[in-house]
Amino acid sequence: MIGLSDFLIVSAGLFCVGLYVILTKRNAIQVLIGIEMMLNAAILNLVAFGKYDRLANGGQMFALFAIVLAAATTAVALAIILNIYKKYKTIDPDQIHELKD
Amino acid sequence: MTMVKVLFYLMGFITLASALFVAASKSLVRSVFMFFVTLLSVAGLYVLALADFVAITQIVIYVGGILVLILFAFMLSGKETLANLQQQNDRFLSISKLPALLLAVLFFIVFINILFKTDINNLQWVNKAVSYKVDVKPDSPMTSNIGTGLMTTYLLPFEAISILLMMALVGAAHLSRKEKNG
Repeated sequence: MIGLSDFLIVSAGLFCVGLYVILTKRNAIQVLIGIEMMLNAAILNLVAFGKYDRLANGGQMFALFAIVLAAATTAVALAIILNIYKKYKTIDPDQIHELKD
Repeated sequence: MTMVKVLFYLMGFITLASALFVAASKSLVRSVFMFFVTLLSVAGLYVLALADFVAITQIVIYVGGILVLILFAFMLSGKETLANLQQQNDRFLSISKLPALLLAVLFFIVFINILFKTDINNLQWVNKAVSYKVDVKPDSPMTSNIGTGLMTTYLLPFEAISILLMMALVGAAHLSRKEKNG
């Protein structure tokens, strides 16, 4: 079978790519994609560790909860991005530097 | 090298390669569609970690829901966004991206270092689980296990997340409605 460390290495790589995407992209939707990547890396960790506890099954259960949370986050974040686009005509996070309207 | 190992390395490679493509590509549409490939191969990794229900949920919610939502939002936001996106900076490795690259690589080194320092394949509780035979086997019925768990042990988080979903639904609908008068 596949060891625990293989899963964790893949997940660490995915997390770091997501971090890079968040830090470099100048477009809120791509930043959101980076956040989703990091969330997926975390869920992969949960699932990989959950393989060793069949009775409580906490890993897979909280992986499901995390997926649902990510869906809720994305819906709200996209609504905010659409609103920001309506107001500022840009979705570059660097150019949105005032909170008041 | 068994079939499972080959599939695992294939899936892991596809995951990381498509993620890197998302990071490198300049066009938003291309990166969204490559993210689709990333999510599908991560679902494949879940299957190899013996979590088939989570894999199906990943496909249904992430690929069917979130990705379609992202595409939708981005197509609703009009042609000007697209035009703005095309004139981003050109090179993949420009000097302004160096700090981000450095941070990501250092994070990766720290993770790998932790993995080897803790000797992750010989964790005490993992060895105990394997010796007591409470680890997940390929033929153990995990879907019914998840169903039972949701209604017994994890009832409180289940209810909490349903309230949170309700709040997110109302919030998203409130945020994206058309403002009439103030």
